[in-house]
Amino acid sequence: MSVLVVTEHHRGTWHRISMEAVAAGQQAAQAMRCSLAAAVVGSDVGGLACDLAHKRVSEVVAIDHPQLAAYSADGFAAALSKLIDDLRPRLVLFPHTYQVRDLAPKLAASVGTAFVSDAVGMRFEGGEPIFVRQMFQGKLHADVVPRGAPPHIASVQSGAFRAESAADGDEPAPVRHLAIALGEGDVRSQTGQPYQDAQDAVDLSAAKIIVSVGRGIREPGNIPLAQALARALGGELAASRPICDSGWLPLDRQIGSSGQTVTPDLYLALGISGAIQHVVGMKGSKTIVAVNKDRGAPIFEIADYGIVADLFDVVPKLIEALGESD
Amino acid sequence: MKIFVCVKQVMSRDAALRVGGDGLWVRDDGVAFETNEPDTFALEEGLRLREKHGGEVVAVTAGPARAASTLREALAKGADRAIHIEDDRFARADTHTTAAALAAAIGREPHDLILTGLQSDDAGFGQTGVILAEMLGLPHATIIMKIEASGGYLRCKRELEAGWFQTVTLPQPALLTIQSGINKVRYATLMGIKRARRKPVRRYASTDLGIDMAPRQEVLRLYQPQQGKQTEFLEGSAREVADQLLSKLRFEARVI
Repeated sequence: MSVLVVTEHHRGTWHRISMEAVAAGQQAAQAMRCSLAAAVVGSDVGGLACDLAHKRVSEVVAIDHPQLAAYSADGFAAALSKLIDDLRPRLVLFPHTYQVRDLAPKLAASVGTAFVSDAVGMRFEGGEPIFVRQMFQGKLHADVVPRGAPPHIASVQSGAFRAESAADGDEPAPVRHLAIALGEGDVRSQTGQPYQDAQDAVDLSAAKIIVSVGRGIREPGNIPLAQALARALGGELAASRPICDSGWLPLDRQIGSSGQTVTPDLYLALGISGAIQHVVGMKGSKTIVAVNKDRGAPIFEIADYGIVADLFDVVPKLIEALGESD
Repeated sequence: MKIFVCVKQVMSRDAALRVGGDGLWVRDDGVAFETNEPDTFALEEGLRLREKHGGEVVAVTAGPARAASTLREALAKGADRAIHIEDDRFARADTHTTAAALAAAIGREPHDLILTGLQSDDAGFGQTGVILAEMLGLPHATIIMKIEASGGYLRCKRELEAGWFQTVTLPQPALLTIQSGINKVRYATLMGIKRARRKPVRRYASTDLGIDMAPRQEVLRLYQPQQGKQTEFLEGSAREVADQLLSKLRFEARVI
């Protein structure tokens, strides 16, 4: 019996959450008193497999096939189904990435098992895992358990485990190659190379101060108010996804999992509820200020300073006070 | 093109969330419900594809009786007909159960394209669409920002992380989960609301379809999250709060 961690990489480098998943796997294997296997899937992944073997794992399984050079749900699910058949793990852990959102539900359904997605925490009772995940846009947390026969599948959210805590082994773990048969017709989709939309991309990652707006800004006519505060503070203006989706600010000012990740000295969140997808893009900020009417908004969980008020009352006063002190 | 759009009714975004007595779900008495916002983008995309290529849009939900209003809204916006798989247990069903119900109903009919939102605003597992595709044996792609259909293939713009995209081409029939913001969602017109009354809604009980209701995952406890950081709440008039904040940022945090 074992725990299996499936890593993710792009063009020869690890996805940053991969080692966080390895750290989660090490914790799980210890609590469940079983061995830990780590898998790397792709084409020409020998180097990555050797790198992964330095971590404290029982074995590294490399699934190497030219058809796996680019991600496809069909190809990767077939490869991992084969590995699950071979290894019969109790628990399979993934990093929660866009690729895993595409892949893991299919894998779980094909194996007929549970997939607990996007866990922010994990604990064990009687050797069985209990996962903590956010629900209702992060306003509530839930303890969730997989049901039915193993293997159970789960993914861990970015930042839930520390990559540095993924311990190295005393000596490199053995690397095993698992052969799979994949024909032309087995992968039904064709995927192109990743690209970025042509744009005069604003690089918000360099900004020291960011004023960011969410749904609470209510209408596009109110954006200049936030802009004025950003200007008074000498910072940049940014937004959560719904604002950019509505076209009120350009997409390159979006913070979150689908936009930019920032760590400014000051992040001032105006009318942002703090959904997971936004928070992963800004939780590393040095000082976080949240202004929101709803005391229950999850943004207050990560804020250093909280103001429970209407942003339309507070922001003009902030601009006024900043103007007086100049 | 025969297009099925899966929609879910969830608690309104502004609803006050109160954990129920069993500690397993939120109380739904005296709460307003609405169509899961990501699903509204999927419906809009389905309507646009029908307008371009012809065919039919069928709105499908697996939900309790109250979810009928979400189907009516979809019909008012332009869906041709609707399917309601009704069971109170769907209100808090896991993704596997919901997908099994949708698969049982949609699987009975020919289908060229199935669309879902990328996740629900309540439980937010973000899996139902992909599981549904697997159950129906269809190829899928997730988090789609653009769809071009031609010659039996779908050419899609798929969102990746951190501002990157990728083109994915799939043969039809296929399932796509739609990213919010892919389009501008239309409102129902008065005429649409009137017409919706005459549009057919097919109702199934979960027992009619022989759905596997055994959950693959279960909520043991639902609760308010613990404070991750010690948040200092500032109180007073707007001006007092503004002055306090600037002083904290200057002298305590030293960030301005």
